[in-house]
Amino acid sequence: MDLALIWAFLIALAVMLYVLLDGFDLGVGILFGFAADDQERNTITASVEPVWDGNETWLVLGGGGLLAAFPLAYAILMPAFYIPVTIMLAALIFRGVAFEFRHKAVRSTTRLFWNGAFAGGSLAATLAQGLILGGFVQGVAVEGDQFAGGAFDWLTPFSILVAASVMCGYVLLGACWLILKTEDRLQGDARKWARRALIAVALAMAAVSLATLSIDPRVTERWGVSMSAINLAKFWKVAPVPAAAAGLIFLLWRDLFRNPEGAPDWRPFALAAGLFLTGYLGLAISLFPYNVPFAKSVWETAARDNALGLMLAGAVVMLPVILGYTLYVYRLFWGKVRVGDGYHG
Amino acid sequence: MDLDALLLSRLQFAFVVAFHILFPAFTIGLAAFLAVCEGLWLWTKREIFLRLYLHWVKIFALAFAMGVVSGVVMSYQFGTNWSVFADKAGSVIGPLLAYEVLTAFFLEASFLGVMLFGWKRVGRGLHFFATCAVAVGTTISAFWILSANSWMQTPAGFAIDEAGRFYATNWVEVIFNPSFPSRLVHMLLAAYITTAAAVLAAGAAQVIVRRTADPTIAQMKMAAGTLALLMPLQIIAGHWSGEIAHEHQPAKIAAMEGWWETKDVQPTIIFGMPDEEAGETKFKIEIPGTSPYLFAGGKALKGLNEFHPDDRPPVFVVFWGFRVMVGAGLGMLGLGVWALVLWHAGRLGKPSLFHYLAVPGGALGFIAVVTGWIVAEVGRQPYTVYGALRTSESVAPVEAGPVAFSLALFMIVYAIVFTAGAVYMARVALRGFDDALPPASDKAWRAPGTPLAAVDEPAETTA
Ligand code: HDD
Ligand code: HEM
Ligand code: HEM
Repeated sequence: MDLALIWAFLIALAVMLYVLLDGFDLGVGILFGFAADDQERNTITASVEPVWDGNETWLVLGGGGLLAAFPLAYAILMPAFYIPVTIMLAALIFRGVAFEFRHKAVRSTTRLFWNGAFAGGSLAATLAQGLILGGFVQGVAVEGDQFAGGAFDWLTPFSILVAASVMCGYVLLGACWLILKTEDRLQGDARKWARRALIAVALAMAAVSLATLSIDPRVTERWGVSMSAINLAKFWKVAPVPAAAAGLIFLLWRDLFRNPEGAPDWRPFALAAGLFLTGYLGLAISLFPYNVPFAKSVWETAARDNALGLMLAGAVVMLPVILGYTLYVYRLFWGKVRVGDGYHG
Repeated sequence: MDLDALLLSRLQFAFVVAFHILFPAFTIGLAAFLAVCEGLWLWTKREIFLRLYLHWVKIFALAFAMGVVSGVVMSYQFGTNWSVFADKAGSVIGPLLAYEVLTAFFLEASFLGVMLFGWKRVGRGLHFFATCAVAVGTTISAFWILSANSWMQTPAGFAIDEAGRFYATNWVEVIFNPSFPSRLVHMLLAAYITTAAAVLAAGAAQVIVRRTADPTIAQMKMAAGTLALLMPLQIIAGHWSGEIAHEHQPAKIAAMEGWWETKDVQPTIIFGMPDEEAGETKFKIEIPGTSPYLFAGGKALKGLNEFHPDDRPPVFVVFWGFRVMVGAGLGMLGLGVWALVLWHAGRLGKPSLFHYLAVPGGALGFIAVVTGWIVAEVGRQPYTVYGALRTSESVAPVEAGPVAFSLALFMIVYAIVFTAGAVYMARVALRGFDDALPPASDKAWRAPGTPLAAVDEPAETTA
């Protein structure tokens, strides 16, 4: 049994769930900044309040799991992204406590501060994640078993492009979540936000895909596509992923632009999540088997087999349980937010 | 390797972890307290327990949020600042942390949502279950993280390969390493004690500002009983920790006790100034001849001179950290007993000197927890994995600049968050219980979040 490969899959799954789940609540946090009044702001936070902590736990599983399953990858990547990781953590602190604090602030200035901390923290965390992703995809300088680049290696036009795309993506997810959870005027606003985000996401995905192809010859090779030529035999095998993305964009366009009233409220969110999945798969195709692109593979960085095995036993038992009660919590809070539901003592 | 980066990384780790532990120490205890209150309410149907629950759950929500966000920081510190440690020890310590996420964090985080926002959506039994799930989750979390930490203190069940990486040879020995049982007991008791002292302080403060209600007195009684019962147990548990440390980390004990010479019988130094330059403890006030009672069978008790200066922990901090922890513990024991006496005399509800002392006494638990960790962690120096991996060999290849940046950023962020959090918690605590329940005309109880509870009610002290 190839334990390293299994763990690569499990961690990719954890990160994927993180991106989807915290993605929508970070997007909701960014959109919070555009809300019309306090009433709307309370509805917006109430729509994610019961679940954000669980969502963020996937980040801990991603990070902790990487340390546990691929210590060397963790040891190279974290110093490489020291600054954006730090900024992400600080931003998540502000945003996380703002859920509680903004209800406790008595003076209007402090209330304004925590409202700003919520929106600003969400935005900063999103951008930091995008910069990390961009820096990751473009590759990390390694010598021996250590990161050997500079403190700002991650900051390039490419990573900025990726950061902007991640932001558009999270906003799209967040807006679709609000379509699902809210009614009336706020829902109308959410549709408007989702429409704009969809256009941005479509452009961003195209731009990032093209830019990724020119990053490393191995990526070009994998897709069979370069700026000048297409190797159809290769491209054919991976083509379903971009095709699915295009299809999902089309379906979303129909639900958001053409016939918004006719579409069930859950569908845009499901489609947007699907779109994220295709983007994620596309990345996986480009980068596999590297988890420190393009220097170390999952096998080179894996922990000892007895550690991976021990954890696998735990994961096999616990992951279904976790998914079970996560679903339970989501079902419990299913339906439109009722503002009175919020608990704010 | 950059020496400044090492120093800054140590400062940063100490700062962020000391900040983090304040909240687990409180939430582990509060979660248990809430589970007890809700259970008692369901069982006795006495409204007073419901009021206690609804009051403290607000403070719990604040503390938990701060615990979570500062905890997420911790799980990335190992990589950003201690990457070599992560690489070398990852195959041993990683699975313990992974088990913590799988068995504890998701449980806490998911059921927290039900606990805080599910009153109207689930039945009472299920809600009680959610509270218990959170409480159990915090305890499981303590289990794994303390196992990981204890392994770094007293590593067992491992070997080191050619590349210098650690791997487990026996997982049971890794998890249940020598210092783990005593550390787990000592830390869990510390959490309950810290919470009890804070609850007692909140009650005393309500009495002083004359917002006393029935639950005020009830919470003071519960807290006083807890302190008076658990503090003696904590002294026993602390003594047990000391015996284990004596067996495995004699340099730490020598630093804690301020011993320099190796002797068969050592004194207990109550007060003194360890002087590393001079290699002696100055200005001491000591009780001679106590060591045979403390370290049974101990012969040739090692003093610091036995260890090469490169293998000694910083003495002053360990020595004084230990005294502050013990002093804070004795202070809380005193407060607990005093409160029992007042309870007996029926005077808990009248402001007195006790109440004025109990309010600042609410900080004693936190002080003891942080100084206790300082004793344990600084006492482990200069190693991260005791005897096997030095701190100077664990640090990440990051330059001093970024580390200075992150340290400054965390200090600013934590200062803001801590100040606001403390103010908000204190406000809720001081406001007392008059807002907790809806008008009596209503059915037996109403939950937060029902239309009767104001949605956005700010936590004001006065109406
Ligand atoms: C004795 C107990 C204890 C100790 C020594 C630590 N923690 Fe902690 N931690 C908890 C007890 C706890 C908890 C009770 O489970 C928390 C606190 C409040 C909370 O929300 O959960 C928590 C939260 C918490 C979280 C957020 C979990 C979530 O998303 O819900 C993370 C990632 C960590 N911790 C990680 C760490 C690391 C890496 C530590 C060591 C350096 C550490 N903790 C020390
Ligand atoms: C939560 C309570 C804890 C507190 C208050 C605490 C406190 C400290 C302090 C003060 C230091 C700095 C020591 C020095 O450099 O002189 C330190 C270092 C460190 N601790 Fe802890 N610690 C705690 C828990 C843990 C746990 C649970 C782990 C591991 C699982 C851990 C791992 C480390 C590491 C890796 C370092 C850095 C290297 C070093 O300086 O030794 N700590 N801690
Ligand atoms: C009054 C008698 C006490 C004694 C004799 C005592 C003893 C000790 C010893 C010897 C250690 C170091 C263990 C090691 O490094 O292996 C320690 C650590 C610690 N103590 Fe205490 N302690 C006492 C009271 C308290 C109190 C009242 C609290 C908190 C409420 C507390 C909290 C801690 C914590 C959090 C640690 C670090 C974790 C650990 O290593 O267990 N202690 N204590």
